[in-house]
Amino acid sequence: MAILEVRGVNKRFGGLQALGDVNLSVEEGSVHAIIGPNGAGKSTLLNCLVGKLNPDSGSVNFDGQSVLGRSPHEINQMGISRVFQTPEIFGDLTVIENMLIPCYARRDGAFKLNPLTSMRKGGEMQTKAEAMLDDVNMLDKLHMQASSMSRGDKRRLEMAMCLVQEPRLLLLDEPTAGMARADTNNTIDLLKEIHAKRDITMAIIEHDMHVVFSLAQRITVLAQGTPLVEDTPENIKGHPKVKEAYLGETAE
Amino acid sequence: MFGLEKRDYTLLIIVACLTMFAPFILNPFPTDSAMAQFNAGYPDLMQRFVIFGIFAIGFNLLFGLTGYLSFGHAAFLGVGSYSAVWMYKLLGYNILPGLFLSVIVSAVFALLIGYISLRRSGIYFSILTLAFAQMMFSIAYSDLIGRFLGTTITNGETGLQVYNSDPQVLHSASKPDIPHLFGQQMQSTYSLDIAGWSFDFNTGYYLCALIMIAAFYIAIRIFRSPFGLMLRAIKTNQTRLNYTGLNTRPYALAVFVISGMYAGLAGGLMACMDPLAGAERMQWTASGEVVLMTILGGAGTLIGPVLGAGFIKYFENIFSKINDSILHQWFAFFPDGIEDAVVFMIHPFIGKGWHLTLGILFMLVVIFLPGGLVEGGQRIGKLLKRGKKSEDKGDGDAASTPAE
Repeated sequence: MAILEVRGVNKRFGGLQALGDVNLSVEEGSVHAIIGPNGAGKSTLLNCLVGKLNPDSGSVNFDGQSVLGRSPHEINQMGISRVFQTPEIFGDLTVIENMLIPCYARRDGAFKLNPLTSMRKGGEMQTKAEAMLDDVNMLDKLHMQASSMSRGDKRRLEMAMCLVQEPRLLLLDEPTAGMARADTNNTIDLLKEIHAKRDITMAIIEHDMHVVFSLAQRITVLAQGTPLVEDTPENIKGHPKVKEAYLGETAE
Repeated sequence: MFGLEKRDYTLLIIVACLTMFAPFILNPFPTDSAMAQFNAGYPDLMQRFVIFGIFAIGFNLLFGLTGYLSFGHAAFLGVGSYSAVWMYKLLGYNILPGLFLSVIVSAVFALLIGYISLRRSGIYFSILTLAFAQMMFSIAYSDLIGRFLGTTITNGETGLQVYNSDPQVLHSASKPDIPHLFGQQMQSTYSLDIAGWSFDFNTGYYLCALIMIAAFYIAIRIFRSPFGLMLRAIKTNQTRLNYTGLNTRPYALAVFVISGMYAGLAGGLMACMDPLAGAERMQWTASGEVVLMTILGGAGTLIGPVLGAGFIKYFENIFSKINDSILHQWFAFFPDGIEDAVVFMIHPFIGKGWHLTLGILFMLVVIFLPGGLVEGGQRIGKLLKRGKKSEDKGDGDAASTPAE
């Protein structure tokens, strides 16, 4: 069953057709990669899914409900979490405080006025946050200021913050961008482990073919705002249209 | 205890002790000594210390936690004062209804102003709040609404005060004709003379001090609550907060209203100490002053704003009182020519020139102690600790948790 259904989505910025009639469906429990050359509209598509942009036409349904016209926080509360290309974390706060925020967000909803309740050590939320940090091997950095960590750790923290919310769909925007090969492999292992353990549906936007082919079960290739093909990694590898989009073979 | 961690509890106790024993602490010099002019333990000034302390604590909840710099907080101070005086005029001199109304009315104003201003952030937010405050100042100064309705609301330039013709329905001959709390007059002062010292214990001061301790306690609770955590998150990354399923706007608005209520309470207390309300309380200089207090003391720290308020009010009152003849007394031991030269050099920094001194001090603090006076305290604490450590030849790094 498809958990995310994108039907006939169009988005235009002035004279530029960023997305033209995009159809996409992500099966529940799968890892779905969206690839394409620069300017193919991958990030625009992602922004349409999380409420940052509103498509000019078309529909985006998550679990049977439309996400269009909703703000990012409402969409997150529906069960979609997003990992950014450059890690978006709370730099001034400590690692554990970073983790507590999504925990409270899941428990209390988008807004709760509770200025006089205290955040006790060893409370339910604290235990949950620490267990998640343990899962990503960051328990030793509990009281470190988030902005002082390495980029890889920031990325891991951001993923942990998304995962602790137990999302039904995790969107990853180039999770290995700018990483060294060793870090990239670590991230692949981490994502594999997460997928195996938690059975979360993932949609990954990625440049790096190595990452895509080692993770994804289905791949959609975007070029100039429209999906070229959607198939399994094996079939995509040798697909002539994909080669054409990436290497521009027709030009010769 | 009281739902506080040990460190916060200690801080609360320290603040409580400092305010309760302020009449002693602020009067360290005998009355007749030459240093007596540095004493700050007279009721009027002590009241201002704690009232501006409340104002700054509230301002810090907004600015220190969320980073939203309001430049119009004095508007709520003024609204609080006007509300309290109106309660004197309508009901009588008991201060409770006045304080109650000042908090409620300032909350309503904060809700309106915050709802509109919080649509923007950064400098635009500051400008919007400043614009609102200046509009409210103009309206109060010319009593625009009052003239429009054919009555008085703020009484314009004269300022709002109580007249004999006012209804004061709860007032009776047995009750005092000045602000009181169930008969306890705010102005009543008991002077304790010991040897050369004279200590003043003022009812109004102690009322304000108790309220400030309560306000400080609530501020600690807010800092340590999940709500406070969200506010700090707003300051560092609103994007992540939105994509974590949290709506930032109501959080910011809620703390704006809470902060406005603190300002309103401070304004109400001002009217309790002196039953007058004037438009100058809402002017932008007053808004700027609370910004200075918070930054000088240490924005985002618990005790900072209180220290900052005390610091600025002390300098305002003590430096502005020093004049040339006092300077001549101090430097009388110099030969005449040098004495005149020294007095001439110092002259611009005292009396009316105290703003110059404050400006220099503010610059020094911001450049060398960006974390305010609190950071200064922490550095001294660290130095002392290190000194002790090297004596003990102990190793191990002290977990550097920021003391707040």
